[in-house]
Amino acid sequence: MAGAPLDLVQLSAGVVLAGAVLALWRRDLRALTSVLALQGCALATLAIVLAVHNGAVGLGVVAGVVLVAKGFVIPGLLARAVRAAPGSRETAPLVNVPASLVAAAVLVVLSYVVAGPLTALFPSPLTRLAPLGLATVLLGFFVLVTRRKAVSQIVGLLLVDNGVALVAFLLTAGVPLLVELGTSLDVLLVVVVLQVLATAMRARFGQFDLDQLRELHD
Amino acid sequence: MLVTAVLVVPLAAGVLAAVLPWRRSVGWAMVLANAAVLGLGVSLAVRADHHQVLVALDGSLRADALSAFMVVVIGAISLLASVQSVRYLEVETVRGGQGRRHASLYSLLVQLFVTCMLFAVLAANLGALWVAVEATTIATAFLVGHRRSDKALEASWKYVVICSVGIALAFLGTVLVYFAALHVPGHPTGGSVLNWTSLLHASRHLDPGVVRLAMALLVLGYGTKVGLAPMHSWLPDAHSQAPAPVSALMSGVLLTVAFYALLRFKAVADGALGPGYTRTLLVIVGLSSLIVAASLLLTQHDLKRMLAYHSIEHMGLIALGAAAGTTLAVAAVLLHVLGHGLAKAVLFLASGEIALMEGTTEIGEVPALLARRPLLGGVFGFGLVALLGLPPFSLFVSELNMFRGEMAVGLGWAAGLSLLAMAVIFTAVAAHGRHLLLGGPGAGPSPTSRLVGAPLVSGLVACAVLGLSAWPLQSLLYAAARAVVR
Repeated sequence: MAGAPLDLVQLSAGVVLAGAVLALWRRDLRALTSVLALQGCALATLAIVLAVHNGAVGLGVVAGVVLVAKGFVIPGLLARAVRAAPGSRETAPLVNVPASLVAAAVLVVLSYVVAGPLTALFPSPLTRLAPLGLATVLLGFFVLVTRRKAVSQIVGLLLVDNGVALVAFLLTAGVPLLVELGTSLDVLLVVVVLQVLATAMRARFGQFDLDQLRELHD
Repeated sequence: MLVTAVLVVPLAAGVLAAVLPWRRSVGWAMVLANAAVLGLGVSLAVRADHHQVLVALDGSLRADALSAFMVVVIGAISLLASVQSVRYLEVETVRGGQGRRHASLYSLLVQLFVTCMLFAVLAANLGALWVAVEATTIATAFLVGHRRSDKALEASWKYVVICSVGIALAFLGTVLVYFAALHVPGHPTGGSVLNWTSLLHASRHLDPGVVRLAMALLVLGYGTKVGLAPMHSWLPDAHSQAPAPVSALMSGVLLTVAFYALLRFKAVADGALGPGYTRTLLVIVGLSSLIVAASLLLTQHDLKRMLAYHSIEHMGLIALGAAAGTTLAVAAVLLHVLGHGLAKAVLFLASGEIALMEGTTEIGEVPALLARRPLLGGVFGFGLVALLGLPPFSLFVSELNMFRGEMAVGLGWAAGLSLLAMAVIFTAVAAHGRHLLLGGPGAGPSPTSRLVGAPLVSGLVACAVLGLSAWPLQSLLYAAARAVVR
């Protein structure tokens, strides 16, 4: 792959990682949902380019599902949850923003080191982008561990998931169709489940913050 | 046909429960369906014992000895749990003011959960296996929060978030294995790349660097669902908050279904890397789980949390046994899977009955159980004896053989450390158990209903029979172990 399609793939992969960094930078929960929508669209673009380039119809279907699920439905659901809850800012992350960004830089370097064997096995322009996906996974993990709001945690989970999807597209141009569809639907269901739980908890606790979840611990 | 029926029967029962208004007879239909699964599992096992590998649906389902054995485990424990479910739902709908629709939803979700687990162990494709394991999280999320209390909602939130992240990592690991397989010359392409048999066939040609990274992600990811440290923190909450039959299913089988995935991947990774790498990973997570369980069991004061930490201990032991990886050790691991499943299911069901009768599962508030409720107390006492790995129960035999396997491959030091952790756990559980069964003066004995007693006693008897003679299973266990040991 070379030329304009490759540029587009590189751009999309870059947007996914940039989205993860943005998620660490912004504490406004509404901004986070737009970042996720952007990431979803970038992933779908990447899949479409790969599908056209390889002439793979199955991958095209997957791209459509990704676009609908990750680009619109999931961010839409999250945006609704944010509107419903007052106080749409991550008030007290465990690590402040400048420190988070430094950590992000470290994690990106780390993912390049870890991804060494991947590029070594099959050096191509696409596998060279795989570290971007791994970095997105690690940044998602970081968001999960350091943020306290329920919505932020869902965002962290989705960042991990988008990172995994990015790696899957880059390395294998999509794992088998059935599995790929299964993962997209699973993510959607997980978000719906979490949404229902968050609503139920908000009905009980008022405004819902994970700091209030302190009944179960050892 | 046989293999497809294993999936269709429980699913059909679930659909039936969803469309009919819940009454007792619907509950018994679930029991019947799960008994049928057990029966089908036994007939699969008999065939597998004669070295027959059954395939169905164009090769997407595959039942070798290991799969057949896991179907038996799932069938046996879901049978026990569904009997208790009848009682749980009856009490909840009558006394708890939960509507009948709630009971229907519960039955549907439990049957979906069981079907997902069965699909996981029968899937020929490791990608499909992943989808099935992930689907169990979704099916159980609402079951954990079924009682809708603050704690139950919190537990299911934690459960879904932590397990979804874990399972995402497992997916990344699966993708990397797929990537490695794509670059093996002559390997089939398309949908069958992730078929376990073809992966195993190609395993020696897989790129070691990629497989190393993949296996680390898989151990961490599936390890989350197994409840292995460091990703175990959801387990005590989910297991203590879920309704007792669901806890029995989650602790008794769901954990080991996730472990089954690791056994399959381990066989592939061992082909590519030799046994050393995965062994190291499993020893690390196994020992840390044992340490976590030993240090936190001492301070527990809730019955179900105590049992949950006990599950972490046993998963640690299983991980160490699998780390040894000899045929003997893996056969012992599988026997342990069944023995632990039965004993743990019995104890969770008994604790559910205690919760229904006494209104609490705080160990301090239910003393002298043996005097007040002889049957329940007796079952609980014997169940604890079984879980602590004492004879005549099968856990004694399997632990002994896992240790033998560990010694044989130079993991004697790990076996020694795990014995130390088990000694600490023994004292903690014995102290809790003594108070629960004997402590304080008790009122006169009150009877326990036969509906409750029957599954509890039969589970324990099965566990003891397996311990005294593994004859019905011995050749099956070895055949199953040989499937994943090279």
